[in-house]
Amino acid sequence: MMEAVGIDDLAGLFSHIPDECRFAGDIEVPGPLTEWDLTRRLEGLGQSMAVGHARAVLLGAGSYHHYIPEAVKSVMGRAEFLTSYTPYQPEVSQGTLQGIFEFQTLIARLLGVQVANASMYDGGSALAEALLMALRIKRKKTTVAISRAIHPHYRQVVKTYLAPSSFTIVELPVDASGRTDLSGLDKIDECAAVALQSPNFFGVIEDLEQAATVIHDRDALFVSCFSEPLAYGLLRSPGSLGADIVCGEGQSFGIAQSFGGAGLGLFGCRSEFIRNMPGRVVGETVDMDGKRGFVLTLSTREQHIRREKATSNICSNQGICALTAAAYLAALGGSGLRQLAKLNYDKAAYLKNGLREAGGKLLFEAPHFNEFVMRFDVDFTSVRAKLMDKGIIAGLDCTRFYPEYEGAFLFCATETVSRELMDELIDEVRQ
Amino acid sequence: MKELEELNLPGELMYSKDHEWAKKEDDTIVIGITDYAQDQLGDIVFAEMPEVGSSFEQGEEFGTLESVKAVSEIYLPVSGEIIAINDALEDEPELINEDPYENWIVVVRPSKEEQFDKLLSREEYLETLTG
Amino acid sequence: MSNGPGISGLILDEPLLWEKGKPGRTGFSMPESDVPSAPCEGSWYGDGVDLPDLSEVDVIRHYTRLSQYNFAIDTGMYPLGSCTMKYNPKLHEKLASLAPIAAAHPLLEDELSQGMLRLIYELKQFLAAITGMDQVSLQPAAGAQGELTAMLMFAAYFRKKGEQRTKIIIPDTAHGTNPASAALCGFTAVSLPSGPRGYVEPVDVAARMDDQTAGIMLTNPNTLGLFEESVREITDIVHRHGGLVYGDGANMNAVMGIVDIKRCGVDALHLNLHKTFSTPHGGGGPGAGPVCVVDELVPFLPTPVVEKDGDSYRLVDNLPDSIGRVHGFFGNFSVLVKAYCYILSMGPENLKKASQLAVLNAGYVKEALRDVLHLAFDRPCMHECVFSDKLQRGDKVTTLDMAKALIDHGFHPPTIYFPLVVPGAIMIEPTETESKDDLDTFIASFKEVVAQSSTDPEALHEAPRRPKLRRLDETRAARKPKLTGDM
Repeated sequence: MMEAVGIDDLAGLFSHIPDECRFAGDIEVPGPLTEWDLTRRLEGLGQSMAVGHARAVLLGAGSYHHYIPEAVKSVMGRAEFLTSYTPYQPEVSQGTLQGIFEFQTLIARLLGVQVANASMYDGGSALAEALLMALRIKRKKTTVAISRAIHPHYRQVVKTYLAPSSFTIVELPVDASGRTDLSGLDKIDECAAVALQSPNFFGVIEDLEQAATVIHDRDALFVSCFSEPLAYGLLRSPGSLGADIVCGEGQSFGIAQSFGGAGLGLFGCRSEFIRNMPGRVVGETVDMDGKRGFVLTLSTREQHIRREKATSNICSNQGICALTAAAYLAALGGSGLRQLAKLNYDKAAYLKNGLREAGGKLLFEAPHFNEFVMRFDVDFTSVRAKLMDKGIIAGLDCTRFYPEYEGAFLFCATETVSRELMDELIDEVRQ
Repeated sequence: MKELEELNLPGELMYSKDHEWAKKEDDTIVIGITDYAQDQLGDIVFAEMPEVGSSFEQGEEFGTLESVKAVSEIYLPVSGEIIAINDALEDEPELINEDPYENWIVVVRPSKEEQFDKLLSREEYLETLTG
Repeated sequence: MSNGPGISGLILDEPLLWEKGKPGRTGFSMPESDVPSAPCEGSWYGDGVDLPDLSEVDVIRHYTRLSQYNFAIDTGMYPLGSCTMKYNPKLHEKLASLAPIAAAHPLLEDELSQGMLRLIYELKQFLAAITGMDQVSLQPAAGAQGELTAMLMFAAYFRKKGEQRTKIIIPDTAHGTNPASAALCGFTAVSLPSGPRGYVEPVDVAARMDDQTAGIMLTNPNTLGLFEESVREITDIVHRHGGLVYGDGANMNAVMGIVDIKRCGVDALHLNLHKTFSTPHGGGGPGAGPVCVVDELVPFLPTPVVEKDGDSYRLVDNLPDSIGRVHGFFGNFSVLVKAYCYILSMGPENLKKASQLAVLNAGYVKEALRDVLHLAFDRPCMHECVFSDKLQRGDKVTTLDMAKALIDHGFHPPTIYFPLVVPGAIMIEPTETESKDDLDTFIASFKEVVAQSSTDPEALHEAPRRPKLRRLDETRAARKPKLTGDM
């Protein structure tokens, strides 16, 4: 081969690289490790994780512990899905393309919107892109209002994305019931969009129907986001309640928590906004013989064609995570989704009632899904430490995000938590 | 793609270097894109139109035409106000491919009438294509 | 057809998900409830979602059949230029899904997350060592978000210095993500045509660089597969005007252990872990697009930052000049784990060897095909080479025809019609994980396709014939978009 290329040694391949650009010495990284040594190293890292030996993590806040059917893991581990690139050549990518078309359909149904894209990176960037999209649609308006009950990290990502532009972000306060207070909306001029999260960061279900009326009266677009889409197995969908753009995190649908990534940004909207939507989409068509098939379409919105005028810079998305979510929803089915959502709701209600009886005070009374916030008369930090010794990680201290709710803890109970374990937690609080 | 001699460029129309054609009808000007432009763009799948009542300067972008893999801005050859758009293109943008002259894009009430006379003739436009 | 591995096989038809199944079926092992049913009352309570009910077998067959319609690295050679489709070792996938890693919650106290924080910290160090840069953020979820992160840092850097810089120079060979990312940060893209030999010419940069210009976005090796030999001269010009240099590291696979990115004068560089560092691309993602920077830009890195404190690791959030978060948590962490595994599996010498062999393989393909295909720029190529269909145009055979014909031979087509500066471009990136035997088969197949362009062009217009579907009507898809099915 070297002869064919006209070199005597491999260094000859790089003879045209100027000296001032050359790498000096060896790359300073460890290795090579054998498969077995590498496994030991990774297992070692795993062993230093509390979660490794925890019996239960009663904590959600944007990353949820749900059971993942083995069938989903197994079929999504197939190399034909995993080791292919973006489906640029549709004839040899029909697996991915049909799978994503089905994903878009299931997600549109779930969120109550007419169209959904092939995915965004995560809930945070999906929200940021939704607001940028709203600002594009409402061309002359320059302000967006976002609820303080939206996941604090999502709000930070929005801030980062909007920082270099001259747009203004206004934060809407939370009322005593834990819902977003929209009463100040009429004082915000030039408002292009209002974003709410439901269930919100405190687990509270927002009144989206009422919000839609108020927001549309202000001639603003209604962006509804979420971190726990399982809730829509039980709740009315944001789209059906009047949201114009619906987006959020889809990790709950069969994707491992993996320290917060890779997750799945879900994104849908009303069909009239489709040409302003960011991200790839798959559409149905036919081949030369008239057989049904699928292709990437509406590409003229995207960066590789429209460059600086594109609706977003996104290229790679969360492909296999989107397929996984579709496979998860397929395994669960419509009936299963409802049953599982109800189970989450019931478990959280049990924990909530138990903790209340043990002396906890619910911070917000509005209805919840699988998360809620509690305060305690006792010093819960030390209770939490005791529980930790028993392998139970109980709740998230809200103080780090909301100084105004000092001493309040956000709990989550999913189908993975048994009544026995919740009783153990409740007993510990009672003592 | 068509060779130059295959292009249909009616002699009675005026042209712009951005590949639009213009035709005077009473005190208004009808605008479309040339056979060359539609041929270069290929199958048109979407036409983004301006709002009736909006005004543009000469050479300003007033809309876009999209094919599967390209976007082409369309520029107004004369300054003026858009008084009509061809609604049929909304559902059937491919009409432009079928006949770019029958299927006009917008009608303009010009604000600077003299601009029309300074547009290119068929021959002058052809020259820009060969050059 | 005699050369390639492509023959036909049995492909089973598979309807859409909702065209199969029956109400009441499930593929989910639903836990029995051990708690009382809580009342659901109020206007928020809905009727549930109308999704198909399928059994486990239904689901498995559905996705197994779909998977068989895909071409993948594990099926065959995938020489998709600029995408670095190298083999993805199986062990890395397994290690990323080890129970304690897969179950790690991202919001626990630092003391409870030491293993994952250590992995982040070490991977940052590895990537800094490989590129020569000073610091790294692993948060960006893909290359384009890495670019965006770097551009946000540039904007923050100039804001801090009180400078108004509104433009950025982008060569015409750049990926479309470059101008799109710059535009998101309010920079106007100033296009820079590449010179006659396919390189960015310093004199053209000098003519565009001023104190209103934030700097340049440079892909090196560029998308023509050429190393920008004047890179230092270019970066010196930009720095002399107070600007910054962004490096698009999509093509890092050509230069590991060969080129020191910092010495080239790059201030911020993104990497695609799903390209150079062998994490599978999943048919579209997830990727990971870490950003490597020089010391001057460290204060602007996204938060939180993982730092080492004695023997333990902690998250640091209070960095006043940081651009903030770009991801809800720590980026596509599971992808980071696989890249970490890749680097450790390879070690320093093999990483360098990977780049050497990637370049050797591309050079070998280039030399083998240059007699039958027009070579866009006859310069020493790096990890990929760019041809065009110029010689086939007389036969009315296009790049698209040849690409589709390669499918019938059993290969994934190269990247086509990119970069835009080469009309009818064919961009081949074989990567280091293809053996000489496989390259030879690919070359022979490609030559056969080229030969057919004069003997039987019609057959090429009809290609491909062997996959499940033939060429698809993209115009129809775009004219009347149907993006969801009718359930």
